[in-house]
Amino acid sequence: MEVDSVFYTDHSGRITSNPLLDQLPSYQSLLYRRKSSASGSKRRTSSSRSTSGSSGSGKWGVHTFHKNKDKHHNPVEERPIREWAKPMAEKRRDKAQRLEEASKLSSWKQWRQSTQRTLRRLRDEAQEWLSSLKLWRADIHQIEGMFGTGILSYFSFLRFLVMLNLIIFLLMFSFVMLPIIIAPSASGNITFEIDYESNCSKYPSSARRGLVIFHEHITDLLSGGGFLEQTYLFYGFYQVNQIHFPNIKYNLALAYLMTTIAYLFLSLIWIVKRSALGFKRNLVQDEDRFQSFCNKIFAGWDFCITNENAASLKRSSLLYELRTDLEEERIKQKIADRTRKEKCRIYLIRFILNIFVIGVLAGCFYSIYVATIFSQEAQLLNIKVNFIVDLMYEYLPSIVITLANFITPLLFSVIINFEDYSPAFEIRFTLMRCVFMRLTSIGVLLFSLWSQITHCKDETCICGYNHELYSCWETRVGQEMYKLTVFDFIIIVAVTIFVEFPRKLIVRHCDCGLAKWWGQQEFSIPQNVLEIVYGQTICWIGTFYCPMLPAICTIKYFFIFYIKKVSLLKNCRPATRPFRASSSNFFFLAVLLIGLALACLPVSVSVAQINCSQACGPFVGYNTSWEVLPTAVSELPTGVRSVIEALSSEAFAVSFFVVTCLAMFYVIALAGAHKKVINQLREQLVLEGRDKRFLIQKLSQAQRLSPTSQSQHRSSSNGNRNSSRMSPSDRMSPSYHTSFSNNFNEGLFLAHSPPDTSTHV
Amino acid sequence: MGNKQTIFTDEQLDAYQDCTFFTRKEILRLHGRYHELAPHLVPMDYTNEPDCKVPLSLIVNMPELKENPFRNRIVESFSEGGDGNLSFNEFVDMFSVLSEMAPRELKAIYAFKIYDFNVDNFLCKEDLEKTLNRLTKEELTPEEVELVCDKTIEEADLDGDNKLSFADFENMISRAPDFLSTFHIRI
Repeated sequence: MEVDSVFYTDHSGRITSNPLLDQLPSYQSLLYRRKSSASGSKRRTSSSRSTSGSSGSGKWGVHTFHKNKDKHHNPVEERPIREWAKPMAEKRRDKAQRLEEASKLSSWKQWRQSTQRTLRRLRDEAQEWLSSLKLWRADIHQIEGMFGTGILSYFSFLRFLVMLNLIIFLLMFSFVMLPIIIAPSASGNITFEIDYESNCSKYPSSARRGLVIFHEHITDLLSGGGFLEQTYLFYGFYQVNQIHFPNIKYNLALAYLMTTIAYLFLSLIWIVKRSALGFKRNLVQDEDRFQSFCNKIFAGWDFCITNENAASLKRSSLLYELRTDLEEERIKQKIADRTRKEKCRIYLIRFILNIFVIGVLAGCFYSIYVATIFSQEAQLLNIKVNFIVDLMYEYLPSIVITLANFITPLLFSVIINFEDYSPAFEIRFTLMRCVFMRLTSIGVLLFSLWSQITHCKDETCICGYNHELYSCWETRVGQEMYKLTVFDFIIIVAVTIFVEFPRKLIVRHCDCGLAKWWGQQEFSIPQNVLEIVYGQTICWIGTFYCPMLPAICTIKYFFIFYIKKVSLLKNCRPATRPFRASSSNFFFLAVLLIGLALACLPVSVSVAQINCSQACGPFVGYNTSWEVLPTAVSELPTGVRSVIEALSSEAFAVSFFVVTCLAMFYVIALAGAHKKVINQLREQLVLEGRDKRFLIQKLSQAQRLSPTSQSQHRSSSNGNRNSSRMSPSDRMSPSYHTSFSNNFNEGLFLAHSPPDTSTHV
Repeated sequence: MGNKQTIFTDEQLDAYQDCTFFTRKEILRLHGRYHELAPHLVPMDYTNEPDCKVPLSLIVNMPELKENPFRNRIVESFSEGGDGNLSFNEFVDMFSVLSEMAPRELKAIYAFKIYDFNVDNFLCKEDLEKTLNRLTKEELTPEEVELVCDKTIEEADLDGDNKLSFADFENMISRAPDFLSTFHIRI
């Protein structure tokens, strides 16, 4: 470190700072509590004990000082006292002082202040009450203490999904199911316009007749067929077009469609609102600083950890993170040093491996397609071998999807090692590939289903869909979604019970090489999150065809919470590669948004393009499900109708699009301008800091050159300032200087008089 | 709620509610915890503001603080003389700043105090090294420690004096995404 005359060293060589620096307002605003001298502390404790009425000179001094600080800090509005960084005793004195001041204000201002305070209290208590209502508060608290905030974010994400599904179910229930249920008791007339003559409207009943063997009930329960088919569970049961209540006509078909749009929209808004905070922070930071060293050192330790094991694990994970970061710096250097030849080689390898990945994905999708077609044909042709094989045929697409989702992440994590990316990018890229795989497999399943449904023996289908095989195709799609959900749940439970528990037992009791290599189960957050996002995507797609699916998903996630919690506490150790809380929140909600986007696609295609079945469901009589909306709009009164038609016309759409684009460009330009200003201000800060040090250096040099005029300096500089304003700081500053005053051989003080010579009051 | 308890007067509870981020119930609960730490020292009746302090060694063994590598510094930063003995006011203050509802600026001020081991208004390299060693229980090699400290100062130091002043620290903390969620103790 170069010789710096701004900072002085004492006899022992310890660097101490210049008294001039301590006088600067920016330092004084820190309000450090130092090892004050005995008199100083006595003064403070005596003043803290007095109530507002006393007028000890020290207190008064402190008051004026604080009041001036107030004026300096809060010119117009007063920040609440609790946000000030002051010791409690001073805060209570300030509060008392504020009350005093308040009593001098006009009654209107007094009233306003007291209402503000009451409102703030009410808001605090309401928040406390609401948070006590939150589901699983104690469990999440326990997990946070043991595993930190990364895994905590997974569980609070799970809680969010439970609430979301519950709300979606309530929506569907109150707008679709409730009217049908209360129709008889509210003397409502149900109308259902079905053309019984047409070929398209034949819907053979799938209820089992005759003697039903017990295991067939189980098959029905697991596959959604048989006795479950003609229940509120599936679309086909809602054979209602309109309900005529005494006063109003309730268009159930329209309600069904609008509720679907509403729950998709609601999910979007809720997710965006939840992710807004994390997203804002990401926008402000640069890419490089996102997981920087500072963040790890100063914000790396979870202060919530109370468990000894968790603490040592956190320590080792921080260690690992820091080492990885150092490693990453080294790799960055290596990448920058790469020669041209090496770069070509790396790009070639990456190209080949990406082709391989695409090939693997294509293979998986093809096998899902084949499995779906096989399963559909087996169901339709009613091939019955025996109980287990029948179930397997039913669940074949689910089984293939689960297998693919199990194998591909392992494959991807092996491949990424050869592609030679930086460690952080490796994680993200593998994750992206897994997300893509999981969510697109559902799309492939639906696509293969639809290819079956819209493919007839002759060239064109009479009813727009294959009415011979699929008299009620929506119910069939709903059944597939139901099966996917049930199978997903069964797999999660089975893996926990049959894989994780034995693994723990083996690793703990067996000392063989296999156990050591396998190691204890890690709670891998990304894979777990993908699992539940996958389930949620199925729920979003399936709710249109199976209105009770959200309720089933709510119950499913409810149980998954407890299963995962038990598994976490008993089997797992936290991942060595930790997932940071901040980035995880953003990651979860981003993946969920991708799932939502991917869910909207099939639903909108099926609503708008594919002909709805004419034998069942509320949309009988319309060509496609979407047609309900234009028909309903045309029945509205003229004024409203013309407004809606104007809103949906091309002119409006184009101008709306143009306006949105302009707004977006403006906001982007604004963000760019702000970034520039931030950089300029940062540079200015640097220069100001240097200026300050330079000036202090010069000032100290000037002082040193004229020691005889010190007393003149003292009086003149004191005369320059308002003595009453500076005296409290004189009284405060002894505490700053008792540790320094002994360290200076000469009197290098400018305006500070040591405590015992203070004559100013 | 207010009339059943005899530990505090209503004005005191009022004052506490305004000066901290806790509700009345939580303040009473905190008093219970404070009393548990040293039942023979801490009186149950606080209406006349007794002047008792619980020593550092007892506070640092609280379950919330036991596993924290900075527990000594935390308690010292909130104590009046820097010696770590907390009165009830300071005890409540500490948990109020560390609660969920405290704003970032307030937490940043106290975080700076906590990490400033030699109490000189700057986070110099020795402070950083001590912080790092506490965090990792000295398992990093000295070269690694030096590298990390150099990188940290490089990232955060704005005015180029090779140490972090409070302005540098605050600026850096405002961009640290994890700070608010990790600098928080639940009690």
